Amino acid sequence: MKSLLLGTAVLTLSAATAFAASHSVVRLGTEGAYPPYNFLDDNGEVAGFERELGDELCARAEMTCEWVTNDWDSIIPNLVSGNYDAIIAGMSITPERDEVVDFTQNYTPPSPSAFAALSADADIEGGVVAAQTGTIQAAHIAESGATLLEFPSPDETIAAVMSGEADAVMADKDFLIPLVEENANMTFVGEDIPLGGGIGMAFRESDPEMRETFDAAIQSMKDDGTLNELIVKWLGADSPKF
Amino acid sequence: MPTCADPSVLEGLSWLMCYLTTGKHISLYISVGTVLLLLAITAPTALLFGFGGATAARSRIWPLSWFGRGYIAVVRGVPDIAFFLFFVIALDQAFEWLRHQVKCPDWDEPIRQGSDFIVCAEAKLPLSTSPQWVHETYGFFVAVLTFAIVFGAFAANVLYGAMRAVPHAQIETAEAYGLSPRQTFWRILVPQMWVYALPGLSNLWMVLIKATPLLFLLGIEDIVYWARELGAAKTPRFTDYPHGDWRMWYFLALLVFYLAFTRVSEVVLDRIMARLTRGQATLAGEAQRKAGA
Repeated sequence: MKSLLLGTAVLTLSAATAFAASHSVVRLGTEGAYPPYNFLDDNGEVAGFERELGDELCARAEMTCEWVTNDWDSIIPNLVSGNYDAIIAGMSITPERDEVVDFTQNYTPPSPSAFAALSADADIEGGVVAAQTGTIQAAHIAESGATLLEFPSPDETIAAVMSGEADAVMADKDFLIPLVEENANMTFVGEDIPLGGGIGMAFRESDPEMRETFDAAIQSMKDDGTLNELIVKWLGADSPKF
Repeated sequence: MPTCADPSVLEGLSWLMCYLTTGKHISLYISVGTVLLLLAITAPTALLFGFGGATAARSRIWPLSWFGRGYIAVVRGVPDIAFFLFFVIALDQAFEWLRHQVKCPDWDEPIRQGSDFIVCAEAKLPLSTSPQWVHETYGFFVAVLTFAIVFGAFAANVLYGAMRAVPHAQIETAEAYGLSPRQTFWRILVPQMWVYALPGLSNLWMVLIKATPLLFLLGIEDIVYWARELGAAKTPRFTDYPHGDWRMWYFLALLVFYLAFTRVSEVVLDRIMARLTRGQATLAGEAQRKAGA
C-alpha cells in the first residue's frame, strides 16, 4: 500500500515536472518600437507598460518569461509557427486576428485612436494619412476617404508627418500623447475614434492552457487594482481604466 | 571623469561619449560583428552550393542534371523577400517535423491545426526551454543556410557558364593524353574556370554584402535595424538621451561602412584576379606574361 502511494506520488510529481518542463519558459514576443507600450531602453532591453505587465503576469503564473523582439509584419506568422509562445505588443483584439490566434481578455480597455499633424487644419478626411501596416488604424483609414500611407514601423509614420510626406498620422492615442506633448509643432487633429476591443495577449489556438493561465493572471491584476496602477503609470491618468 | 549616471547634466563630448556607449549602441557594434560573421560563413557555403549546383547541372546523369537545373531556375526566379519570409519558416518547420517523426512516434494529434503548426515539445528546435542565445544562434544558422541556398543558385549559374567558357581545346587535349573524365574535370576544367567565374562571383559578393539587412526578416537584429532604432526620434520620457530624428546620421555611418567594405573587397578581389590570371590563355594572362618577360 505504501509503495503504491509512493508510486502515485512519484507519478504525479513527474507529470507536474513534465508540464513545468514543457512550459517553464514562456517566450513573449513583442515589437519593441511602440512606446509607452513596448520599446527598447538605453540598454537595448525591452521596457514599457507591457514589459512590467508581462513580468508581473509571469510572476503570478509562476513561469519564467523570456522577451523576444520581432518585426510587426511577421509577428503573427512567427507565433503560429512556434518561434515564441505569446504576443504582447499593443495588439488590439479584432475579429480578423481572432481567426488566426486566440486572445486573452483585454488588459487595456478599448482606448481611442487619434490623428496627429503639424497643423490643426490638416485634411484627415481626404488627405494622406500615415499608419503602421497591419494595424486597426490602417484598416480604418483604408475604409475612410483619406489616402493611406503605410509604414512597417511606428517611428516611420511619425517621420512621414514631420517631413510633410503625409498630412497626418493615425495611431493609438496613448502612443501619440508623449510625441504631441514634447513636440511644439505637433497637435491632435479631429475627434478621437474608438477602435478595436482593447489590447490583449495573443496565443496559438492550440495552446488553450497557457492562454487560460495568463487570462487568470490578468483577471487577478484587474481584481486587485494593480493593472490600473500600471495603466496610470505608463499610459497616463487620462487613459481609460478598468 | 564624468559618469553616465545622469546624462541630462552632461554636455558636448562627454555626453556623446556616454551616448555612444549605451547598451543599445553596444548592440549596434555587436551587430556589425554578426554581419561580418554571416558574410564570412555564407560566402564559402554559397560557393560550395554553387559548385554543387553547377556540377549537377552539367552532369551526364539526367536526374542529377535536372535537379541542378531545377535548383538554379527555381531559386533564381523566386523574389528574395518571398524566399526570406516564407522559405525560412517552412525550413524551420521541416526540421521540426523530421525531429517530431523521430522523437515522438506515438503522437496522435495532427501537426497542422488550423494555422498552427504543432509538434511535440521535445521536437521543438531549439527547445522552448533553451536560453535565448541558443535561439539566436539557431536563427543565425538558418539565416546562413537560406542565404547560401539563394546565393548558391546564382553562383551555380555563374560557375556553370565559367565551366563552359574554358576553351574546348583544353578538354580535348586532356582527353587525347588519356586523362579520365574525372581527372579532366579536376585538373583541367576546375583550375581554369575560376578566372571566368570571378567577375560574376565578385558581383554576387557585392550584392551579398548589401543583402544583409534581410536578416531582420529572419529575426536577427542587424546593423540597419539598430541604426533605424537608434536614429528614430526619442522623447525624454523613454530615454536618458532624448534627440530628434537622427536617422540621417546613422545611415550616413552605414553608408561609410558599406562603401569602405566594398572598397576593401574590390582590392582583395583584384589581387585574386591577378593571381588567377597568371599563365592563363586569356588577354589579361597574355598581358601579364609580356609585362614579366
